[in-house]
Amino acid sequence: MTISIINGRLIDPANQIDEALDLHIDGTSIFAIGKAPEGFHADEIIDASGSIVCPGLVDMAANLREPGFTAKGTLASETAAAAKGGITTLICTPNTDPVIDSPTVIEWIHRKARKLAQARVLVAAALTQNLEGSQLAEMSALKKAGCVALSNSDQPLANTLVERRALEYASTFEMTVFLRPEDRHLHAGGCVHEGATATRLGLPGIPSAAESVAVARDLALAEHTGAQIHFRSLSTATSARMLREAQASKLPVSADVAAHQLHLTEMDVEGFDSRCHVSPPLRTLADRDALRQAVADGTIAAICSDHQPHEPDAKDAPFPGTEAGISGLETLLALTLKLVDEGLLDLSDAIARVTCGPADLLNLPHGRLNAGSAADICIFKADSYWTLDAEQMVSEGHNTPFDNWEFTGQVTHTLFNGKLVYQA
Amino acid sequence: MASRHQNIQLNDQGQLRHFLTIEGLHRGLLTQILDTAEAFAALPGRPIKKVPALRGRIITNLFFENSTRTRTTFELAAKRLSADVLNFNISTSATSKGETLLDTLRNIEAMHSEMFVVRHSQSGAAHFIAQHAAPGVSVINAGDGRHAHPTQAMLDMFTIRKHKGDFTPLRVAIVGDVLHSRVARSQILALNTLGVTEVRVVGPSTLLPTEARCLGVHVFHDLDEGLRDVDVVIMLRLQKERMDGALLPSEDEYFQLYGLTSERLEVAKDDAIVMHPGPMNRGVEMASEVADGPRSVILQQVSYGIAVRMAVMSMCMQTRDDAGGEM
Repeated sequence: MTISIINGRLIDPANQIDEALDLHIDGTSIFAIGKAPEGFHADEIIDASGSIVCPGLVDMAANLREPGFTAKGTLASETAAAAKGGITTLICTPNTDPVIDSPTVIEWIHRKARKLAQARVLVAAALTQNLEGSQLAEMSALKKAGCVALSNSDQPLANTLVERRALEYASTFEMTVFLRPEDRHLHAGGCVHEGATATRLGLPGIPSAAESVAVARDLALAEHTGAQIHFRSLSTATSARMLREAQASKLPVSADVAAHQLHLTEMDVEGFDSRCHVSPPLRTLADRDALRQAVADGTIAAICSDHQPHEPDAKDAPFPGTEAGISGLETLLALTLKLVDEGLLDLSDAIARVTCGPADLLNLPHGRLNAGSAADICIFKADSYWTLDAEQMVSEGHNTPFDNWEFTGQVTHTLFNGKLVYQA
Repeated sequence: MASRHQNIQLNDQGQLRHFLTIEGLHRGLLTQILDTAEAFAALPGRPIKKVPALRGRIITNLFFENSTRTRTTFELAAKRLSADVLNFNISTSATSKGETLLDTLRNIEAMHSEMFVVRHSQSGAAHFIAQHAAPGVSVINAGDGRHAHPTQAMLDMFTIRKHKGDFTPLRVAIVGDVLHSRVARSQILALNTLGVTEVRVVGPSTLLPTEARCLGVHVFHDLDEGLRDVDVVIMLRLQKERMDGALLPSEDEYFQLYGLTSERLEVAKDDAIVMHPGPMNRGVEMASEVADGPRSVILQQVSYGIAVRMAVMSMCMQTRDDAGGEM
């Protein structure tokens, strides 16, 4: 099967391309960019007039819920949601049941995802056995089974000695370790940012220091061990500043931010809105602006969905009793492009944060449009507006605070490995 | 799902349909509650202590957190309004068997109650129940987590008005564990809405919310400073378990620094009154000489509590009836 995508504006940040170029696909890979090569005949032509053609998105952190939590989502439902969101590569979190701490589970997920063929599912495997934070996972075996990073998900490590050993052992195999920086003692059972809204609503707060204390500790251990660490889902201005300083002193450290953190603040929790119950919590306007700045200057090179689909019951309780998380695959691109609308980033940089940005952090070949590489393509309309209807979401989880928000950047086509997996 | 930024306590005409928090209620409405309570407060002196206002109505006490005292005053208030009362203590039954709050609610709704009085350990629980209750059901918050306890705050306002008349010139000090106190949050909102000159909170940093100032209060760490020239002193209960969480070194040091004695009360105005929402820890928050002394109005608070709860119940039920049973 050959496909030509014509008349579109092609944006490929990795190769610094932003111009009207056609793209030609042969089988599963990109055959050529620009004029069709001599003798190339397209079986199918996609007319992308008025649209932007860019690499399929790469999402650093998605809870795909399978195996174990299929009431919240399945590999089938969530990869279909990814396709609708223009995402072609997902890195799934290890907090499944069973936990992704053995080659068997990795292979099971890979096999199932390959069969579904909606998106590429890569695995961040568990850093410790059963995510319990004390016994190291068999990292070498996990690497051989194809995991792309190690992560303890949102579970704490028993102590700093375990963390040191885990980082040292991971660095033996040159594996990147994802860390969700949060001091569990300072977290103290909180459910929102410890600030004005928490004070007024009487909700138990999580101070910003719960994150910065952990970032400081993790940076010290990264420096000591030389391990490659990646901070998952930063939420505070202080963390962004510490990260910037660490990068300036040449520490091999990176970070991502959840797309919703760039648009919402603690004030959105008003009225006990459980859809805004997320972890880390939504923080202040100043934090949000500092995170935006860090995304703009590249300190934070990746925006992720932090996708956490839930069944309705998980959000239907008094606020502190609800589960944290937003179903984010279908709004990742839209929320990223909103930053362009708001003048924070140009279009190419915005796309970079959800394509080659995350891919480069893990040395993945995806998120770029090179001849010969997998034909993972996202085509979206840049200028027309669309409104999110939570009820119509493809993800099993309809838990989003962005219901009825108006966005630009509606995905019209998603191609994965040269196959059309979504068409509006 | 929660509805955003909308005051679900009021109907389109601005009448009270639920009573969940003081936030978002205007001064006129709070005054109306106090005026209505005034009429009910006269009842205990009369030979027949009941009025027929809510005859034939069913009021359900839904207590997910134990509290004999608060439940009893609500029950007494309902009975003086001639309503029938159902009591559910749910902390030990349904929810511990895995039933969700929503399931519990649906089951009890099937008993055709017109009003729920709700106490729950989680902030926002009363809002949640109000959002999910059937259209004809009013919800009264009898305390949710650290969030709000609006009837307690209104009975405190009633007590203050009885003694001081006008709110506007008053300076009020709230002393103790503001951080964990739903009572304090509701009191602060009520006092500010009623237009007092100043609300102060007094306590060590570990017992005050980090953003206390956003509540519209002045923060004091020194009791003598905080009590200077105040008209009203409200002492908060210090729960014994606070000693375990590294919030305080000892009861003794707390009493030394923040315990109210007659001597320390001297810096307040000569006619200052002393209040406590109960239950009180003698010798921790307050010396017995103050609790039982001439400035103390603590026992009046309890008896006014019934009148204020009658007022809130009858106002909510009136709103319901005006709307023909649908709100």
